[in-house]
Amino acid sequence: MNRYPLWKYLIVLAALVIGVLYSVPNLYGESPAVQIAGAKTSVKVDHETLLRAEQVLEQNSIQPTAGTFEMNGPVGAVRLRFDSTDTQLAAKDLLEKALNPDPANPDYTVALNLMSATPAWLTALGANPMYLGLDLRGGVHFLLQVDMQGALVSRYDSVASETRSTLRDSKIKFDDVERAGQSVRASFVAEAERDAAVDLLRRSMPEMQFVTAHSGDQWQLTGTLTPSAITQVQDNALKQNIQTLHNRINELGVAEPIIQQQGADRIVVQLPGVQDVAKAKEILGRTATLEIHMVDESPAAQAALSSGRVPFGLVRYNDRDGRPLLLRRQVILTGENLQDAQPGRDQQTQQPTVNLTLDAKGSRIFRDVTRDNIGRRMAIVLFENNQGEVVTAPVIRSEIPGGHVQISGSMTAQEAADVSLLLRAGSLAAPMQIIEERTIGPSLGAANIKQGFDSTLWGFTAIAIFIIAYYHLFGVFSTLGLSFNVLLLLAVLSMLQATLTLPGIAAIALTLGMAIDANVLINERIREELRAGLPPQQAIHLGFDRAWATIFDSNLTSLIVGIALLAFGTGPVRGFAVVHCIGILTSMFSSVVGVRALANLWYGRKRKLKTISIGQVWKPRQD
Amino acid sequence: MEFFRIHRTIPFMRHALLLNIISLVTFLLAVLFIVTRGFHLSIEFTGGTVMEVHYSQSAPVGDIRQAIDALGYTDFQVQNFGTSQDVMIRLPVRPGEDTASQSRTVLSALQAQSPDVQLRRVEFVGPQVGQELLHNGLMALLFVVVGIMIYLAIRFEWKLAASCAIANLHDVVIILGFFAFFQWEFSLSVLAGVLAVLGYSVNESVVVMDRIRENFRKQRKASVREIINASITQNISRTIITHGSTQMMVLSMFFFGGPTLHNFSLALTIGIWFGIYSSVFVAAALAMWMGIKREDLVRPVKKDGPEVELG
Repeated sequence: MNRYPLWKYLIVLAALVIGVLYSVPNLYGESPAVQIAGAKTSVKVDHETLLRAEQVLEQNSIQPTAGTFEMNGPVGAVRLRFDSTDTQLAAKDLLEKALNPDPANPDYTVALNLMSATPAWLTALGANPMYLGLDLRGGVHFLLQVDMQGALVSRYDSVASETRSTLRDSKIKFDDVERAGQSVRASFVAEAERDAAVDLLRRSMPEMQFVTAHSGDQWQLTGTLTPSAITQVQDNALKQNIQTLHNRINELGVAEPIIQQQGADRIVVQLPGVQDVAKAKEILGRTATLEIHMVDESPAAQAALSSGRVPFGLVRYNDRDGRPLLLRRQVILTGENLQDAQPGRDQQTQQPTVNLTLDAKGSRIFRDVTRDNIGRRMAIVLFENNQGEVVTAPVIRSEIPGGHVQISGSMTAQEAADVSLLLRAGSLAAPMQIIEERTIGPSLGAANIKQGFDSTLWGFTAIAIFIIAYYHLFGVFSTLGLSFNVLLLLAVLSMLQATLTLPGIAAIALTLGMAIDANVLINERIREELRAGLPPQQAIHLGFDRAWATIFDSNLTSLIVGIALLAFGTGPVRGFAVVHCIGILTSMFSSVVGVRALANLWYGRKRKLKTISIGQVWKPRQD
Repeated sequence: MEFFRIHRTIPFMRHALLLNIISLVTFLLAVLFIVTRGFHLSIEFTGGTVMEVHYSQSAPVGDIRQAIDALGYTDFQVQNFGTSQDVMIRLPVRPGEDTASQSRTVLSALQAQSPDVQLRRVEFVGPQVGQELLHNGLMALLFVVVGIMIYLAIRFEWKLAASCAIANLHDVVIILGFFAFFQWEFSLSVLAGVLAVLGYSVNESVVVMDRIRENFRKQRKASVREIINASITQNISRTIITHGSTQMMVLSMFFFGGPTLHNFSLALTIGIWFGIYSSVFVAAALAMWMGIKREDLVRPVKKDGPEVELG
């Protein structure tokens, strides 16, 4: 009765082998590596890059121990592993020179890094170590809130400028086109003009809905985005911001960054192992966007400027030297139309410049505006952290076709490089704000690993000693079952590529502390049956059978709690809950199937079993 | 080795009334402390900034206070934690200030005082996040209680479900009462601990209830009170051993786990002991007061032949 069919033993054996295979990568540490990522959106990092890098190293007789190519979100990265820090440094210099012939204008970022030292044959099986959470390896964590109102405002700004150029192209006369809060308003002098405009705009802008009105001799047209278009805008804003963050973080050369959407309007950024926190925060926190406005230099505006007033329809920004300028509120172009930005130098004056390349739509608008405004001034406003500053306000000398714009102003070469980096790394579609931040120093991370590991180890040892002393051989079975449980738990977590955090380690410890319950229930039951006078084989059989219902019930209630934590928990609670839930499942398997297999293997074949080693079974005197 | 040589059934239910009154008083006291003293919530809930700094020598706590005071903060805390070289600084959210730069300002003020100061950890939580966490925490608690009650009602019967749920809430409120009374810091990991205790103590109650049902099936002549006593007696050895083992693990976390796991294991420790107490004296006693009967648990249609015969 206590014999398992062969297939059940095989299942346990298979679980054991899989458990070992998939948990073992966690034992290999990390080895030095070099990471290559694209420095520009136009540079694609792919498998070719890996081959090229390996070729470069081979020519210089440096042999990387492994090389991988991986897509991290939309951006690819190549990583090469080396056996020592010396070869790593040598390889980095070589690759840097080979991949970036022009150091002032790098195509790739080559950064030093750490990589798991798991052997290739294990990686080929899909066995990789767990990720360590920030609290264990050190790094920074940010939660960013995306300002969706801001995204809509900038969308309406660009709709307004698009409307203007569409109307102008079709020669429809209009008084004014402005963004008014969360809508675009156009006014006309004649009804016919307005109706023609409505027809045209409805056809050319399907994402807008228009309503008409008229007051006095003004014929008006108000356009708002359709609800589905609004969702689209918000969706795109979030996606673009995530993409932008990816680009910026790649410029930092961080390994395994996590950039994820959380909820409808939040983004989580985790940068493990980042030492220079201030720099990371600065690059992430900076929100550079570009706007081009016309400068109002009419006498009325000049008078207002000197008296400190800002007339309606105008805005005031200071330039780099602190001189105020009055600009028209109308936005001609935004960063959305920007394709590339590079630092450079003016050919005549040798002043540092930022060279912009506009997309097709931007080029068209820019050409029209420059053609119509020759002799006037145009201001390029750079917004950083919602602070607008006029970078330069040149006089338009001629029509500028082709979409190549050179910004020069009082900038140093470094500033030009910084500004173009920010612009190139993509402007954010909507402003963002850091609403949660965690920084964990690397020494604290190491201390946390040690503390988590120590507490699990000592707790486990104490339980093992106690259980073996109390239940003898069955205690040994239970301890082996418990170790089997840890193995399976680690294997499943590694397979799922879960992120291990300190609360996760606490959950492993607690799962072990609770998993012993199943073993105690079984062992106590067996003793009880023996006490009732049953022969040992039958006692084992009934003990396992009867304990099962209770084990199932009690674990299921724990599982309900785990799922609730998973559903409503955030941060540390979630890390705890994932491990807790998986731990409950593995502990049920290991204590019910695993321990049973051991007991069957040991006792099952003995037909005339007289005693079993389960500690002393004391029988009360029968009164 | 066997700890429990139990000759006859222990009359657990003899003093049930007295113990239940004690439970009620403890429960009310806990509620009183929660209401009057409130919780010492961590910044995860309240919003604000926590900084951990490390000095190469003993940290000049007084000077640190002065430096932060000079920055214009009124409601802040500076305390040693772990060693005399480590200092934890808590700053409130200041409206209008760029919160991301808050820690940098403070750090540079500290560095001006003594250049050897090292930043170990910074945590900043915006106020809206804290509100959400509190909301999510309460939702989780509600979901757990309702989920467990539904499960128990299906698996057992509503009287047992209700008495289990009350017993478990009793545990949770008492843990919270401890945290309110001693003003221990209530963080997210403590919340995880409290919720885990909820599962743990239900676990315990389920084991007892399982036994009660089984004994109702086996012992057809015994009274309800006798059956409850017998069930708890049969389980007591398992209860003590299991919880002893879990407690060993939790103690290990308490001693070796460092500051993050400290309050987590504290919550678990209180939860484990009250969990044992409540599943024996509160859950079972409540079920008894509610008038649980054999017919509630043993359905006549159910065929469980072999088990009954073998018993």
